[in-house]
Amino acid sequence: MKKRVYMDYSATTPMREEVLEEMMQFMKTEYGNPSSLHSYGRASKNAVDTARDRVAQTINAKSREIYFTGGGSEADNWAIIGYAFANRNKGNHIITTKVEHHAVLHTVEYLVKEHGFSATYLDVDADGLIDLKDLKAAITDETILITVMFANNEIGTIQPIKEIGAMAKEKKVAFHTDGVQALGNIKLDVDELNIDMMSMSAHKLHGPKGIGALYIRPGIKIHNLIHGGAQERNKRAGTENVPGIVGFGKAAELAHENLRERIQEKTRLRDKLIDGILENIPYTLLNGHRTQRLPNNTNISFRYIEGESLLLSLDMVGIAASSGSACTSGSLDPSHVLLSLGLTHEVAHGSLRLTIGAYNTEEEVDYVLEQLPPIVERLRQMSPLYEEIQGGNQ
Amino acid sequence: MYTEIVMEHFTNPRNVGEIKDADGVGQVGNPKCGDIMKMYFKIDENEVITDVKFKTFGCGSAIASSSIATELIKGKTVKEALNVSNKKVVEELGGLPSAKIHCSVLAEQAIKSAIYDYAAKHDKHYEELEGFDPKAAQEDDHH
Repeated sequence: MKKRVYMDYSATTPMREEVLEEMMQFMKTEYGNPSSLHSYGRASKNAVDTARDRVAQTINAKSREIYFTGGGSEADNWAIIGYAFANRNKGNHIITTKVEHHAVLHTVEYLVKEHGFSATYLDVDADGLIDLKDLKAAITDETILITVMFANNEIGTIQPIKEIGAMAKEKKVAFHTDGVQALGNIKLDVDELNIDMMSMSAHKLHGPKGIGALYIRPGIKIHNLIHGGAQERNKRAGTENVPGIVGFGKAAELAHENLRERIQEKTRLRDKLIDGILENIPYTLLNGHRTQRLPNNTNISFRYIEGESLLLSLDMVGIAASSGSACTSGSLDPSHVLLSLGLTHEVAHGSLRLTIGAYNTEEEVDYVLEQLPPIVERLRQMSPLYEEIQGGNQ
Repeated sequence: MYTEIVMEHFTNPRNVGEIKDADGVGQVGNPKCGDIMKMYFKIDENEVITDVKFKTFGCGSAIASSSIATELIKGKTVKEALNVSNKKVVEELGGLPSAKIHCSVLAEQAIKSAIYDYAAKHDKHYEELEGFDPKAAQEDDHH
């Protein structure tokens, strides 16, 4: 078979064998509804409880503070809409950033457009970091919620979460963070980091798709988003996705094992990838913070070429990556995250994201480093923008 | 997402390059939208396009559209080239995703733009070029 290298772990991850194994049982033999009284139901209920414990442990929370959802986007929607609706008597202002995932950005926009809330979208610097001074200045008497992502899905930049949380605490404003990319990639401690609510998703850490969770600190008042039965302690209706929940629990447990060693290994491979590209291919620049970034994220702009043609070319040699170019986002503009860093459209169109995971090897990193230069050169030879630059140098 | 013909032209694009002493050069699109096409034509005294080269900054379908467009007009007269529509480009490629149709429009405009340049330099007039504004084609963000 043709060589295939998967470096798109921030999009999704393969399920781990152990995860699938634990899940199978709850599809084939223990398929009971956790709300049922009989032995089938009890077996499912116990499995859900165990999974909840495991997810809670990975973020240093209590089990009863974890609520399973249908994924990360639902968790983001619930946290923001649910909190805003339950606390609008205190104020109508929400603070977020310009580089959030659309699950946050579009949810905040929805509250502004349809429900009379107001929002401040914080700028980021060239590395993708918000300025705490801006945050402080944005907080008013009307502010009820701050929602800032833990780590950016495109550029990997990790925000100063602890400081943001401390500021929110001091100002008595709730703090939600989208932790979807962070979970399983870095150490998370909701207490130490002053987090009131955190969104999580299983499929980013070798769990199944369609299952996520929201951490809610006790005392945080939040309306329900999904109304119906009494599942999830009356907070999220719908028969539990038991296999998904079990898979999430197992994946969280496994992600927590040897986390420190795995962070070190991913960081080493990431740095090799970043340095290898920047040193060997001219007209390249790293997007995102050099060190304050996810251990698995490499995002580089290749000037004078467009991201989709780069992805297609990489795919032909078996390398799976992603790009912030308009052509790959399904919209007409390049990524809002890259534009927020101050990149021009042209440079944003030429971005490539390589996100590594547990199954990547050094040999695969070497393969990418070997394949990339001729592909970039071929596309540049076709580019009228490169021609102008070459002409200028002659 | 792309047809085999698109992928084949993306992988092995025909007529990539530039012509130093071209008789007509046209560039359309802009980096804001993520695609720029530049075409170079060599045109003889019988108004036959004897050589074509292109350079494109853009996605797979932009490169494939440029490539097939150059194939369609090479050896043809200027008049014939002016009648190559974006529909023809899409057809020859075996179809394009709807979000990529603008790439074929860009190819049509690149042809027109290069001929416009040739016409201006050689004092020629083509009714097919009436109302065509190469500046607009360069600034048009086709959105």
